[in-house]
Amino acid sequence: MISCPIPFTDYPNVLLAHGGGGRLSQQLIQKIFAAQFHNALLDVMHDGAVFAVEGGRMAFTTDSYVVSPRFFPGGDIGALAVYGTVNDLAMCGAVPRYLSAGFIIEEGLPMEELWRVAVSMREAADRAGVSIVTGDTKVVDRGKGDGLFINTAGVGTIAPGVDIAPANARPGDRIILSGAIAEHGIAILSVREGLAFETEILSDAAPLNHLVQSMLAAATSIHVLRDPTRGGVASALNEIASSAKLGIEIDETRIPVRDDVRGACEILGLDPLYIANEGKLLAFVREEDAPAVLAAMRAHDAARDARVIGAVVSEHPGLVVMNTAIGGKRIVDMLSGEQLPRIC
Amino acid sequence: MKHVDEYRGADAARALAREIHRTATRPWTIMEICGGQTHAIVRHGLEDMLPSTLRLVHGPGCPVCVTPLETIDRAVAIAQQPTVIFTSFGDMLRVPGSTDDLLAVKSRGGDVRMVYSPLDAVAIARQNPDRQVVFFAVGFETTAPPNAMAAKEAKRLGLRNFSLLCSQVLVPPAMEVILSAPDTLVQGFLAAGHVCTVMGTSEYFPLAKRYRVPIVVTGFEPVDILQGILMTVRQLEEGRAEVENQYARAVRPEGNAHAKALLAEVFEVCDKAWRGIGVIPHSGYRLSEAYADFDAEKRFDVHTVTADESPLCIAGAVLQGWKKPADCTAFGTQCTPEHPLGAPMVSSEGSCAAYYRYRFRA
Repeated sequence: MISCPIPFTDYPNVLLAHGGGGRLSQQLIQKIFAAQFHNALLDVMHDGAVFAVEGGRMAFTTDSYVVSPRFFPGGDIGALAVYGTVNDLAMCGAVPRYLSAGFIIEEGLPMEELWRVAVSMREAADRAGVSIVTGDTKVVDRGKGDGLFINTAGVGTIAPGVDIAPANARPGDRIILSGAIAEHGIAILSVREGLAFETEILSDAAPLNHLVQSMLAAATSIHVLRDPTRGGVASALNEIASSAKLGIEIDETRIPVRDDVRGACEILGLDPLYIANEGKLLAFVREEDAPAVLAAMRAHDAARDARVIGAVVSEHPGLVVMNTAIGGKRIVDMLSGEQLPRIC
Repeated sequence: MKHVDEYRGADAARALAREIHRTATRPWTIMEICGGQTHAIVRHGLEDMLPSTLRLVHGPGCPVCVTPLETIDRAVAIAQQPTVIFTSFGDMLRVPGSTDDLLAVKSRGGDVRMVYSPLDAVAIARQNPDRQVVFFAVGFETTAPPNAMAAKEAKRLGLRNFSLLCSQVLVPPAMEVILSAPDTLVQGFLAAGHVCTVMGTSEYFPLAKRYRVPIVVTGFEPVDILQGILMTVRQLEEGRAEVENQYARAVRPEGNAHAKALLAEVFEVCDKAWRGIGVIPHSGYRLSEAYADFDAEKRFDVHTVTADESPLCIAGAVLQGWKKPADCTAFGTQCTPEHPLGAPMVSSEGSCAAYYRYRFRA
C-alpha cells in the first residue's frame, strides 16, 4: 500500500481544524480523498458532481456505516461503505454508476487509519466499477463520535424490461441463495468480542453488481433480489413474504453454512439464519428460469455455491416456513431486536 | 461440529420417531425440564414427528424466565448508579422489569456490558479499580460453577469492587413442586443433561421412587431428545419408573466432583422465589458466609425493591405444565416478544417465545 501522504510528524491524528474549512481541510481532502478517488467528475472539485444521463430509469440509495471495529477479518468500514451501497443498487437491478462519500471523523483519529480506509474504498470502487464523485468531511469533538462514520449514497441505471421489487414474487417462484451464510456477522463478532475460533472466519464483503448483471443477462424476468444484510436470510425472506402477501417455504438442508461458522453460532447460541451477510443475495425467479440463472451465478466467484433453497407458495401468506434437517417443520420468524447470545 | 452432526441426522431421527409411534399405545404427557431442550424441540420441529397422543409440556428450565421480576428491578436499580459497570449474559439484558430493562438503562447512559463469561466481568473489575463491577449471576446448576469461580477468583485477587447479583436456581426442588401438585399432568420427565453433568444423577432416584415417575437424563440435540422421549415412553408403557441416562456421553452418575466442591465452598442452599411459581424451599443458591462480601444486594442495599406481575400472564401454569403457551388469552396479542407480559415470552428459550417464533400461529 502507498504510504499516507500527510506526514505523520506534522499531523499524526485528525484535528478539529481538519474539519474547519481552512487550509488543513483542503489538505485532508486533497491528500487523502482526492488522491485516492480522483476521476474526471470529482477532480472538478465543485460543490457537486455533474454528469450526463440518458433517458430511462435510475435507482438511488443511501446507507451509513458505523461498524466497530473498523478493520475486521475480510474487510473494513471503507470497503463495506462502497459494497453496501453498490449492492443496494444492484438489488434494484441497476448498474451502479456514481457514489458520494460523507465522512464524520472523531477528532484524534490516526491519519494513517483514515488513509487506509480511503485506499480500501478506492480499491472497492475499482472492483465494483463505480466512481466516488462527490463527498463531504466533518470532524467532531473527541467523545462525540466513535472514530469514523461513513455515509455513502449511490445512483445507478436500470435497463429497460428489468422490474425487480419484493412485491413481484409469485407462487411457484424458486428462491436462489448465492452461497454460504452468516460469515460477515460472525467475523465481526469474533473480533468485537475477542473470541478466537480455530480458523479465522472472514467477512464475505463483496460487490454483487457484476453477478446481478450476469443473472439478468440469463433471465430478464427476475422477480425479486435482496441482499440479506442485517437480520440475515430470515429477516429478508420475512420482509418479502409480507410485501408479496405470499408464503415462503425453505429447506434447512439446502442452506449452506460453513462448518466453522456453524460451530461459532452453536457456541454462542445464535441462529445463522439471522446473522448478517455482506456479499450474498437471494433471488426469486420463475421455475423455468432457475437453471439458467443458477448456471450464470455459478460462473462467478461470489456465487460458486449458489443453489435453490425453497419456493414461494400461496399457503400461509406472510409466513416463512422451514422444513428442518431432521424432518420437522417450523416457522422462521422476524427477530425482535438484536439476537443476543444465550446463557446456556 | 462433527460431534453434533451425528445427533442431527434425519435418518436416525426418523427411525426413532417411527419407534416412538410403535411404542406409544396410550396418551402420555412428558415434560422436558430445560429451556435448551424446549428450544431444540421447536427449532427442529420435533413435535411434528411425534404421535398426536404424546403431549410434550415445557418445564421451568429457562433461567431467564424464572428470575423474579424484583430481581430484574434490583439489577436495573444497581445498573443505573453512575459508579457501576453492570455485566450480564446477553439474554438477560432485554428482560423487562416493572418499568425498564437493562438495555433501556444502557440507552440512558448506564454502563451495561454484555459478557460471555463471569471471568470476563472479573477482568473488567481489575481493569477498572475505581468502578464497582457487578455480574448478574443467573442460572441453574450449569452456570453456577463458572459464577462460583468468578467469586473465588475475585476473592483470591482481593478485589473490593466486584460483586454478584445472584439468582441461582436448582432443578430437583422445582420438579418436586410439579410432581407433588395433586392435579399434575406430568407423567414422565426428560431431565436436563447439562445440569446432570455437574450434579450427577443421584438427586433423581428419590423423586422417581416417591412419585412413581420415569426420569430420563437427556441431551440437547434432536436425536438425543427423540431417544429420551422413546426411553420415557417405554418406561411408561411397561409401568416402570426409573432413572435412566440417555446422555451417558456427557453425564457421569457422580457428576463433576471438582465443580461440586467449588459450589459447596462459594454457595449455600436457600429458599428461592421463581418467577411465575413462587417461593420453593431449598431451590436456590446464595453466596455462603465466606463470600457474603461479594453479594451485590447487600453492597447496594436493594433489598427493599419489590414488584408485582401482570395479572393476565399465566406463566406459572405454563412453567408447571398445566397450560401450553397458546392457551393464554394474551398469547400473540397483548403479549409478544416485542411487548412481553411475562418472562417465558422474553428469552429465546422461554416456551412462549419459542412457540411464538417457531410454531404455526394460524
